[in-house]
Amino acid sequence: METPIVVQDVHKSFGKVKALHDISFTVNEGELFGLIGPDGAGKSTLFRILTTLLLADKGQATVNGLDVVKDYKAIRKIVGYMPGRFSLYQDLTVQENLDFFATIFNTTVAANYELIEEIYVQIAPFKDRPAGKLSGGMKQKLALCCALVHKPVVLFLDEPTTGVDPVSRKEFWEMLQRLRKKGIAILVSTPYMDEAMLCDRVALIQNGRLLEIDTPQHIIEQYNKPMWAVHAKRMYPLIQDLRSFPETESCYAFGEYLHLTLKHGEADLDKLQAYLQPKGHEEFSMHPIQAGIEDCFMELMKSEKV
Amino acid sequence: MRTIFFILQKEFLQIFRNRGMMAIIFLIPIVQLLVLANAANYEVRNLAIDVVDQDHSSWSQRLVNKLTASGYFKLHRQTFNEKAAFEDLQLDKADIVLMIPRHFERDLVREDKASLQLLVNAINGSKAGLANGYANNIIRSFNQNIRTEWLALDGRNGPAIIEVTYSNWFNTRLDYKVFMVPGIIVVLVTMIGAFLSGMNIVKEKEIGTIEQLNVTPIRKHHFILGKLIPFWIVALFELALGLLVGKLVFHLPMVGSLWLVFLFAAVYLWVMLGMGLLISTFTETQQQAMFIAWFFVIVFILMSGLFTPVENMPHWAQVLTWFNPIAYFVKVIRMVLLKGSGWANIQIYLLIMLAYAVVMNGIAIWNYRKTT
Repeated sequence: METPIVVQDVHKSFGKVKALHDISFTVNEGELFGLIGPDGAGKSTLFRILTTLLLADKGQATVNGLDVVKDYKAIRKIVGYMPGRFSLYQDLTVQENLDFFATIFNTTVAANYELIEEIYVQIAPFKDRPAGKLSGGMKQKLALCCALVHKPVVLFLDEPTTGVDPVSRKEFWEMLQRLRKKGIAILVSTPYMDEAMLCDRVALIQNGRLLEIDTPQHIIEQYNKPMWAVHAKRMYPLIQDLRSFPETESCYAFGEYLHLTLKHGEADLDKLQAYLQPKGHEEFSMHPIQAGIEDCFMELMKSEKV
Repeated sequence: MRTIFFILQKEFLQIFRNRGMMAIIFLIPIVQLLVLANAANYEVRNLAIDVVDQDHSSWSQRLVNKLTASGYFKLHRQTFNEKAAFEDLQLDKADIVLMIPRHFERDLVREDKASLQLLVNAINGSKAGLANGYANNIIRSFNQNIRTEWLALDGRNGPAIIEVTYSNWFNTRLDYKVFMVPGIIVVLVTMIGAFLSGMNIVKEKEIGTIEQLNVTPIRKHHFILGKLIPFWIVALFELALGLLVGKLVFHLPMVGSLWLVFLFAAVYLWVMLGMGLLISTFTETQQQAMFIAWFFVIVFILMSGLFTPVENMPHWAQVLTWFNPIAYFVKVIRMVLLKGSGWANIQIYLLIMLAYAVVMNGIAIWNYRKTT
């Protein structure tokens, strides 16, 4: 069995903008590989190179052992691709879209029904509805179905959960987990860092460069700084105060808490207390927490910028 | 082959599901044919004429009667007052003013010579030209009549008069619609071919479906044929519909073989579809495709000989029409329908169209990329 995806030293520029710079990674069989990065990081460009829609300036990439430039025809037969933008026919019904994509891959929905069954049963009640009239979550499920209908070896999902409600997002990721168990290698990109934990391995991409490739657990383990969750009645003055505190290393808002790290860790706690005392924040609370994957990414992205 | 069939199936599904498209296919052509064929009429009738008759003789009266009886002129005002007539001309109420001076009849009899004056409102040049021409013709024939009458009265032999009789071939009653309807049918078929095909391909780019489609085993030629054939069929259907309406409503003569018309249209359409395809290869949105197609089609139509005869154009413009596919189709459809031209007469045009189709589609396919 060939390695599903191998990317080596891929570069791509659009004019003066370096969209991708020296990208290398591999995705192994049955692996769910996450590409995490903000908008404009180069995720979609990388997807388009791997799905043979775009030529890289430099470097090689293979999908299932096939070169993306020379063997593009063969690649197009064995990959499933879900573009970042909803790309099915909005004026065709769910069933018609599925049938169309099955037939152009020279197969039928029935032939690979076992693979898409789980997802299909969820959209089946709407099978006579035009795809354009589905909810965001349903659209993504349909798109996934269409990408799977020809039983691909490798699946490329470009931001499949962007603009999808949290429940559908969760369901979507559960489906990906099950697909992975069926041996399909999946490359998925997302701007949501919390989704990184659901991947086998993740690559953090920013400004066209890969910052880190590892399992989510490893990335968290490497992050060994003590961190506190801070809360007060009025958050805005608090974040301002904390950021202007000279010993603060980072301070980001995460939900209803601020995640704070200090330059000298616990040694700075007394100073902080003395600093905050006169500011008189109401309902102030502060407790140590375990850093999450998002904290790690924030840290990585910050160090890259510096 | 199977793939093309599936794409065709999908395309027709989308066409028939799109209400706007259905209106474009079924309603607009009929309306356009009915309206345009009736409105695009170059015959000038019922020109408003003001007669300033200062003579009031029997001959002046006869002249006025002859003018109004011709059907070309409708008496708007008869007056002595030059000023009133001139005002009508200025207010656009009269198209032409005939001045009959005092002693018109007397001068004609005594001095063998009289003059008349025509004032023509020449804002619309061609209308003015026609009005002037009609009036001159009628006056000349009036002149001849009175001369023969008068000379005969005189007992002398009048001069020999050359009388010209004529008959109109291919369009006996000079029915303008018979001339226009085939041309308008060409325009309808052209619109479908050039606009809809290109816009349809660009639409896939615009809504992003092309991205999904490109990462499938669909081959370039599958996609292109799958996109063009539906509109080829629709346009041929449009031709049949147009001819049917032409026959039923305008009694369009169909002297030649309809098969030839359809054969020519079938080839011609590949030129237009190729143009649509070519435009779609370098545009990103339907609007862009529409405007570029519009630019070319308008130029092609105006220079096709549909409205103004190609022979009247300056030489350089005539040379340009050699490259104008619409001009060929307008010419051929009129030749076959009105004149009954056969294979021998149109085969050269068909070959030109064929060459054109090959070149156009060749460039388009060469320029078409499945990648971005």
